[in-house]
Amino acid sequence: MTDESPRTGAAANAAGDAHPAAGEPLLRIEGVAKTFGTFRAVDGVSLDVKAGEFFALLGPSGCGKTTLLRMLAGFEAPDEGRILLGGRDIAQALPHERPINMMFQNYALFPHLSVRDNIAFGLKRSGMARAEIAPRVAEMVALVKLEGLEKRKPDQLSGGQRQRVALARALARRPQLLLLDEPLAALDKKLRESTQRELMELQRRLGMTFIIVTHDQEEAMTMASRIGVMKSGKLAQVAPPRELYEAPRSRWIAEFVGDINLFDAESKLRDGHRLVIGTRDAGTLVVAEPRQPFGDSRFSVAIRPEKVKLSRRGPVSEAGHGTAINVLDGVIADICYLGGTTTYKVKLDTGGTVQASVANSARLDVDAYSLNQQIVAWFTPDDCVVLPS
Amino acid sequence: MSARRIFARPARFAAIAPYVWMVLFFLVPFGFVLKISLSQTAIAQPPYEPVFDLTAGWTAIRAAFAALSIDNFRLLASDDIYVFAYLRSLTVAVTATALLLLIGYPIAYGMARLPKRWQAVAMVLVIVPFWTSFLIRIYAWINILQHDGLLNQILLALHLVSQPVVWLSTDTAMYIGIVYSYLPFMILPLYATLAKMEPALEEAASDLGAPPGAVFWLVTFPLSLPGVGAGVLLCFIPIVGEFVIPDLLAGSNSLMIGQTLWLEFFTNKDWPVASAAAIALLVMLLLPLLFYERLQRRQLEEQ
Repeated sequence: MTDESPRTGAAANAAGDAHPAAGEPLLRIEGVAKTFGTFRAVDGVSLDVKAGEFFALLGPSGCGKTTLLRMLAGFEAPDEGRILLGGRDIAQALPHERPINMMFQNYALFPHLSVRDNIAFGLKRSGMARAEIAPRVAEMVALVKLEGLEKRKPDQLSGGQRQRVALARALARRPQLLLLDEPLAALDKKLRESTQRELMELQRRLGMTFIIVTHDQEEAMTMASRIGVMKSGKLAQVAPPRELYEAPRSRWIAEFVGDINLFDAESKLRDGHRLVIGTRDAGTLVVAEPRQPFGDSRFSVAIRPEKVKLSRRGPVSEAGHGTAINVLDGVIADICYLGGTTTYKVKLDTGGTVQASVANSARLDVDAYSLNQQIVAWFTPDDCVVLPS
Repeated sequence: MSARRIFARPARFAAIAPYVWMVLFFLVPFGFVLKISLSQTAIAQPPYEPVFDLTAGWTAIRAAFAALSIDNFRLLASDDIYVFAYLRSLTVAVTATALLLLIGYPIAYGMARLPKRWQAVAMVLVIVPFWTSFLIRIYAWINILQHDGLLNQILLALHLVSQPVVWLSTDTAMYIGIVYSYLPFMILPLYATLAKMEPALEEAASDLGAPPGAVFWLVTFPLSLPGVGAGVLLCFIPIVGEFVIPDLLAGSNSLMIGQTLWLEFFTNKDWPVASAAAIALLVMLLLPLLFYERLQRRQLEEQ
């Protein structure tokens, strides 16, 4: 190591407050990679996160999202690349030298300390004056609505309360960046949903930058302003939730985020701003031309189940829906009632199957379809996405 | 209801079994020792009196009871030999336990942080010496520490000393022997608590701004206290009563209570004084045990 080694440099810097220059992202990750043995857990990830963003890292287990988060916290040092916080490289700084705090998956509350001492732990380490610590702890306790439980030990708390203590403890130091590692995984569904809303509300109110790691796409969609989908150590796509869902960049992302019908394409013809695509299982489909040009490699047509309409006869007038509509005949092969929606699996006469998700907008099932019923499934060209395979 | 009744009987027996064991193998023998400690030496078979003879009738038993006295305990408290032996035992036990903790903790900590498959190997390495007889291992130390032993040969060969150092029959040799023999008893309970500890706790502490030293003293060490307590007790109690190691490795000018007890029993054939010494030792050892139990109960109540 030379005198200008990143570790000593970052150690000196990270103690002070880092503020990004105007227009600069708060966090910049540049070509970061981490290898464990022969396994490349994180493989050249670059990403900018702006101050005040609620960013989600989404991916299946083993995709490298947790390793990336641990490199941000300082528990792992990247083998390659830089991590800039407010313009300074912190890649080699030790965890206690970073103005970043983390909320751990299983909360990692100190079992021998009370709620109050857990929350005060970070404040005491930061050299805060004793007189300032008590009011800050009280403020944090109020923020997460834990008044009256200050003297309890973690194992005298419910799961939801523990989650709040972990959040308060991580927020107490007012970190520039809060990392959340699957923060809601241990909560039951109802509590998870209300906590999601509270977290979003809190993040907006405090104006803090949150990076959350989750494998739950619904959670990522609900909370995050931007989502980075990771696959095999790489960022597959970074986009706001709507774009990620409606315009996935690859077949893998489309299938990972939500349900989707996919038809392998065999031929394509340009027709103005439309493409006429011949598919193996669903006949000829007309789709809107994708914004990004794609090569002549293999590709498929994708349509989300809720965008597929079902009716007993075809749409009344094709002219009424613009120039072209994709109409597929078939029979109902499977019905799955989910409460708010019903998912029908339609076996197409052309050989394939298509899933349609229909909202149950009426309480009585006068309009429901039955098994083996002849049906028409249809959708507009704009609802289709063309994806490289 | 009927199902519960079926299970009630074996369950009740299982609950009683440890007490039966305690009564048969601890309380009853303890009663014998207590009785002997209150008797007087006699040149007889057995070498003390009075002897209870249940066939001799009520008055004889009452006379025997009247003949019991606490003279032996008075002797223990007044004779320097015993007082010093107790003090030396406590000093040796405290010093050795402190050394064991200082040496055992880093080893246990290192073991607990090894990759899982290496932990098993390390565990075997700690336990393997037990497969050799304890006595043989102590004799091996005599070999190493004696005048022309391995240690002196190495020291001479390295020119660290110009003439052989006297190791044997010193306190240093005794401490080496004790620490060597009891190390596994310190390491294993420490390792068990440290290995169970969630690694995220240390990470959380450092994430919250604690440098490595603070992480250890504020999180790791307090959370390992149950293991420290268990290890300290497992070493301290037997070391207080230790007999073989000081006898073989230490000098003979100051004796531990275990050695004194042995002398009284086998050389002087003074069973009553030996019994009194044993009972005083037991009471002395009960104190730290009671303290530890109260500590544990308080911890349980807090949870």
